Amino acid sequence: MRKEMIYQLGNTYRDDLAVYGYYFGSGEKSACVVGAIRGNEVQQMYVCSQLVKALKELEERGAFVSGNQVLVIPSVNHSSMNIGKRFWAVDNTDINRMFPGYDQGETTQRIAAGVFDVVQHYNYGIQFPSFYMPGDFIPHVRMMETGFQNPGLANLFGLPYVVIRKPKPVDTTTLNYNWQIWDTSAFSLYTNATDRIDQVSARQAVASVLRFLVRTGILRYASHSGYIATVLHEEDLKNVKSEAAGICRRLVSPGQEVRRGEALAEVIHPLEGEVTSRILSPAGGIIFFAHNQPLVMEGSIVFKIIKRLHE
Amino acid sequence: MVKTVVSVGLPVDEKLRIQKQTIEPEDGGTGKRICIVTGTHGDELEGQYVCYELGRRLREQMEHLKGTVDIYPALNPLGVDSITRGIPMFDLDMNRIFPGSEEGPVPEYVAFKVIEDIRGADVCVDIHASNIFLREIPQVRVSEITAERLLPLAKKLNIDYVWVHGAATVLEATLAHSLNVIGVPTLVVEMGVGMRITLEYGNQLVDGIFCLMKELGIWDGDAAESKKPIISTDGQVGFVNANHPGIFIPHVDHWDSIRQGEVIGEILNPLESRVEEVLRAPWDGMVFTLREYPVVNSGSLIARVLGGDYH
Repeated sequence: MRKEMIYQLGNTYRDDLAVYGYYFGSGEKSACVVGAIRGNEVQQMYVCSQLVKALKELEERGAFVSGNQVLVIPSVNHSSMNIGKRFWAVDNTDINRMFPGYDQGETTQRIAAGVFDVVQHYNYGIQFPSFYMPGDFIPHVRMMETGFQNPGLANLFGLPYVVIRKPKPVDTTTLNYNWQIWDTSAFSLYTNATDRIDQVSARQAVASVLRFLVRTGILRYASHSGYIATVLHEEDLKNVKSEAAGICRRLVSPGQEVRRGEALAEVIHPLEGEVTSRILSPAGGIIFFAHNQPLVMEGSIVFKIIKRLHE
Repeated sequence: MVKTVVSVGLPVDEKLRIQKQTIEPEDGGTGKRICIVTGTHGDELEGQYVCYELGRRLREQMEHLKGTVDIYPALNPLGVDSITRGIPMFDLDMNRIFPGSEEGPVPEYVAFKVIEDIRGADVCVDIHASNIFLREIPQVRVSEITAERLLPLAKKLNIDYVWVHGAATVLEATLAHSLNVIGVPTLVVEMGVGMRITLEYGNQLVDGIFCLMKELGIWDGDAAESKKPIISTDGQVGFVNANHPGIFIPHVDHWDSIRQGEVIGEILNPLESRVEEVLRAPWDGMVFTLREYPVVNSGSLIARVLGGDYH
């Protein structure tokens, strides 16, 4: 393993931001893994730290197939993480909305450019991002339909689901999108946590990346076969909204099969304790996403259901 | 009359309401409509005074009003109230989620309702106030693809400058782009600085709105003659960014003419009493954007200079 500072940004009032990359193996730029780009993506950083640990041990055991180099960047924005902010500490801009970056531009454009310069030209790009809606997902691989996506490759992670969605204009400045545009097969891996550590899904995420590296001929390692993924399109997911605002008491969890009409959650009057609304499932299927905050706004998407799918 | 455009229940005994003031002619009028919107970014307040002053002046001479004036002071009311640029709870830039979606998450639903409410208007003025970091002279920004249609309207707004900028995919998610696409000519005004109100600029723009209304047949009373703005295509726009962190001290005034190589300002290191960087004008021109907030990172925008002779 070789640890290298891949980007540095000076500061006046606190330590410089130093972004580190961990290199394994040597030769062709085979796979690059990027963890926390936002300051609250603690789980994403944790997964990558565990991946660094695992790859270091595997490299020492000679498990890397010669001619392959893997880069892991566990955290890009720990300046924000250290002070509890999601976006850039000074101007609150999102580094994951600045790719491919610009080295003469504004601060987060420069950080994005510095990182992108290092992470591009890999055959495979794997990112652990987070979603802006607070909630728990079934662990899955997400791909944008850029015309360059390859769901067959996404299946190699052995996670239960692959979700393909059409990019929106705002997505065109994400790392994933730019990786794909610049000829890297890019995948976003979602575990079911962001600002807390979930050991089970973190282990599953590490195992899925190792499985991918084995199946793409980068690693020699006996890994479990995982799942044969169900491939979904974002529009296949049925949004379930809360008709009322208040305290949300969730009755089901991601991965659980539900029947049409089944109660998924209750909304409770925040001052009087009475149940004011029951959120019923509009269709039978499997819960893919579930709101995980104690409070809920009227009209919030509290569940996403994979319709007509059974365990 | 105050009307509610969209209302969403918040968890505890409150509603998020986007409201507008509708001022209509006493005799029914021509059926034409102008929309004045602001407060998309909660830290931009320059438009608040414009909303007040426009309504005040209209009420004094209602006999001259020939069309409908819809004034939306706060598209992001919770942001304005809590000094939050994005949408509180979601940490999301509201001007990156248009045109929104009726079936989407709450912020997208709200964006959809705003668009539906403005749909059909003859013109929309979307007032912004830069951010807390930069001060802008009163200007209208239009993309190259909309310039032909919007420039004649922009010239009526009594602003100092029109910046015709390149199109970017990410900007397709703005309110202005979404409205222009559905046939509502929308002028984006940038003026002043975040968290402050510059009365001089506010009054200047209100004069301009009356000019625009007169041009469109919405107003037949007196209106000051609009000043002739500088158009960015008259000269090249140069960006000056910091390359060192520290404290920026300007040596020029905003709206100043400047010669190539003249000092715009210095970046100081207060801990070691050292000048870290001297920033100079890239060419002869006019400083239309100037750093207001002193703390800078490497990359922070310091100034924009429009090339040319504006003495």
